[in-house]
Amino acid sequence: MQRTDDFAARRAHLAHLSEAALERRFWELAQSITQPLVDMATKHTSPSIERSVILRMGFSSLEAQAIVKRVTELDLLGKGAGHVVWRLAAANQIELKQAAELLQTEAGAEQIKQIFSGGVRQWTS
Amino acid sequence: MDKLVKHEKLNVEEILQGLENYRPRRKGWTWRKPVSPQVINGLTFKQTSQGLTQSIPLPSAKYFGHIDPQPDCVITTEIASGRFEDDIRRMRMAAWHGADHIMVIRTAGQSHYDGLIEGTPEGIGGVPITRKQVRASRKALDLIEDEVGRPINFHSYVSGVAGPEIAVLFAEEGVNGAHQDPQYNVLYRNVNMHRSFVDAAVAKTLMAYAGMAQIDGAHNANATAREGWKVMPELLVQHGINSAYSRLVGMKPENICLSTVPPSAAPVPALTFDLPYAVALRELFREYRMRAQMNTKYIESDTREATVSHTLNLLISRLTSADIQSTITPDEGRNVPWHYYNINAVSTAKQALLAMDGLSDMVEIKRDGVLGTRVRELKERAVLFMEEMLAVGGYFKAVEAGFFVDSGYYPERNGDGIVRKSHGGIGVDTIVERDADYFAPVCHHYGYNNIPPQFASNVCGPVGGCSLCDPAKIAYIDELDAVDNVATRMAATRDQRELGLIKPEVEWAGDGVVAVQMFIPAEPRTAHFSALELAKQMNLRDPQVIHKQVMQHAEGTYVEVKGILDATIDINTLKLPPEEVVLSADEVRKDLHAQPLRIVAATVGNDEHSVGLREVIDIKHGGIEGYGVECHYLGTSVSLEKIVDAAIELDARAILISTIITHADIHRINMRRLHDLCVEKGVRSRLILIGGGTQVTHELAVECNLDAGFGRGTKGIHVASFMVKNRRERNLI
Repeated sequence: MQRTDDFAARRAHLAHLSEAALERRFWELAQSITQPLVDMATKHTSPSIERSVILRMGFSSLEAQAIVKRVTELDLLGKGAGHVVWRLAAANQIELKQAAELLQTEAGAEQIKQIFSGGVRQWTS
Repeated sequence: MDKLVKHEKLNVEEILQGLENYRPRRKGWTWRKPVSPQVINGLTFKQTSQGLTQSIPLPSAKYFGHIDPQPDCVITTEIASGRFEDDIRRMRMAAWHGADHIMVIRTAGQSHYDGLIEGTPEGIGGVPITRKQVRASRKALDLIEDEVGRPINFHSYVSGVAGPEIAVLFAEEGVNGAHQDPQYNVLYRNVNMHRSFVDAAVAKTLMAYAGMAQIDGAHNANATAREGWKVMPELLVQHGINSAYSRLVGMKPENICLSTVPPSAAPVPALTFDLPYAVALRELFREYRMRAQMNTKYIESDTREATVSHTLNLLISRLTSADIQSTITPDEGRNVPWHYYNINAVSTAKQALLAMDGLSDMVEIKRDGVLGTRVRELKERAVLFMEEMLAVGGYFKAVEAGFFVDSGYYPERNGDGIVRKSHGGIGVDTIVERDADYFAPVCHHYGYNNIPPQFASNVCGPVGGCSLCDPAKIAYIDELDAVDNVATRMAATRDQRELGLIKPEVEWAGDGVVAVQMFIPAEPRTAHFSALELAKQMNLRDPQVIHKQVMQHAEGTYVEVKGILDATIDINTLKLPPEEVVLSADEVRKDLHAQPLRIVAATVGNDEHSVGLREVIDIKHGGIEGYGVECHYLGTSVSLEKIVDAAIELDARAILISTIITHADIHRINMRRLHDLCVEKGVRSRLILIGGGTQVTHELAVECNLDAGFGRGTKGIHVASFMVKNRRERNLI
């Protein structure tokens, strides 16, 4: 878009604002622009986010790459990669590292699909 | 290695040992501790902080008791040569000069690397940020901060498509600060905009947990736009978006730092743009911290021009405020910074900030008038920018419409902004909606998390604790590449360290690079190629012209050339002239009290300089009078005959002459003539003859038949000590 500087006309509605009111307006606008972005972030995840979870669970970066790649292939990223590994470990009463290895096998993939096949699970207290 | 010793090199091999067990001693950012007012050596400072236990002061400090006051703000230097093992030596040099924020630039391409890099591969224009590299650097900085007596903040970048993982790495490893701004990824790294903002929320949450200082990326807009100052309204908007976003995900305002650069430079009337902008920014963002960066946009290869621009940037910092004063090396327009230019930049900041200490007690900004009008206008233009962003549908739509980095002064639009597509860029279509049963069993995770109720107060309980709660869980990888690693590089320079061989360097151990300055009496193109030819004749390999400036088109050109010098010095066979051992003040006084000494002194020839000689003589400057020497000062422009006659008449035992002027070698001639005259008059054997001056060295004076010579930095004790020892040796009474 090309436009000449129409600041003088465009500012008419701001001209009467006090300095404090103008600054308040700046921050209200910043809030309005960023709130939808934060809402989006709250509801989504990404491969890097999931690898950051796997790292925090004590895996190396190489292991994190492999796990998240596998979870993505299995279309389970929305469950959380850490969740996937933990559930597989819990179901088989094995260590997290063993669960990560199991996940790479066909048997492990089948089992984790089964675990999550019951639809969305809400925890009950 | 428990601690560093001033006269011993940092042992990089020892730093690299035991890294698998290293743990950082703290997390989070550290500010300097202001002391105001602070009296140092009788001088009152208003804007300084707690001093260092060891440091290297500014050169002129020798006139003021070698004081080294430390300004109130954190001072940054950016060090990243591509080899961290050499960078940590430079970090030590920078810390000794007053840097307490070491920023490590990442290697080219790391922001598009989808994951963590491991090991210690060599970088290009920066360092590959890996766990090993970060650990080794932080471990070295622990030793360095103990050595200088002030905490040092270590800093790098949480950006690109692996932001959350890097944030985990930094939180685990005690990295103290980081750049984090999702807009930077979008605009300058073409990372998909959705991915960038989703990742940023997690990364910022981790940074907030670790108490890291966050620096945003807005300043890149004025480095990108041709007329940097025209993007000022947008800069306010970019700062606003990152600050508001950071607050919404839980970052504390005191950890949010705005990266701000005075956007213009001479010959533009820079302050008329830079000062209103700085004021507008600090008013709008009064809750936040200011990271004042220096201008890089208008830096050419002239280090002088860069230093002047940067000094004026420091004036803006002092007239407004700076919590972190960043520095840009004056050679950044030429190459990846060299060791000593990092030090120069830190010293420029320290020097200027100290010189302007207390400025705001005497000078204040005229808020009303032209500055106020401009401040108001900038704020209004920024508000209008954001109103239009919302009118077109929000942030993503605005980026798609090329709102950012347009060269027009908003609302003017030139249609040359950076355009990114919502469904494009690196990492497009990689974000996934979290299911209702999404669960991340770790601490300090941002966003929706369906935590099992029994673990509500112990989110990482299901996995037996996370690495943020239990550092023992951190998985350490040493190296992945058998060749491209620090051990291979260190092996190539082992001889230098173990056999005591010396090669000059500017970046890396043994790089052999030297620079030569020349004035070539020819027009620039001829001068350029003449300089390269001359460099070859000096045995410099791969010579390159790194700077040239015409003095006058026909008369000549100033040229700086760099090249590689394939020469090595063996310190075991290097001959050093013996160093004069200076007697203690007590011993000198005792000796002179027991056996008084009378001297005559003057500046000789047609020379009116007297400062140096007076410093050496006067009691109030710690001169030889203070040790009990009876001094007869004859003045300036004194003839040699008159001095020698006075020495004979007063029965003096020493003559001190000062000779500053060196035109046509007059200093050498005067020194030789003094000796000859004393021989002619038969008094040479009972006189100590001493020459002094800025261009005089001991070796030069002795060559001219005097007993001693003293140059720059000479104190009374040096001269008094020499006379006492010489008198003993020659049995003069």
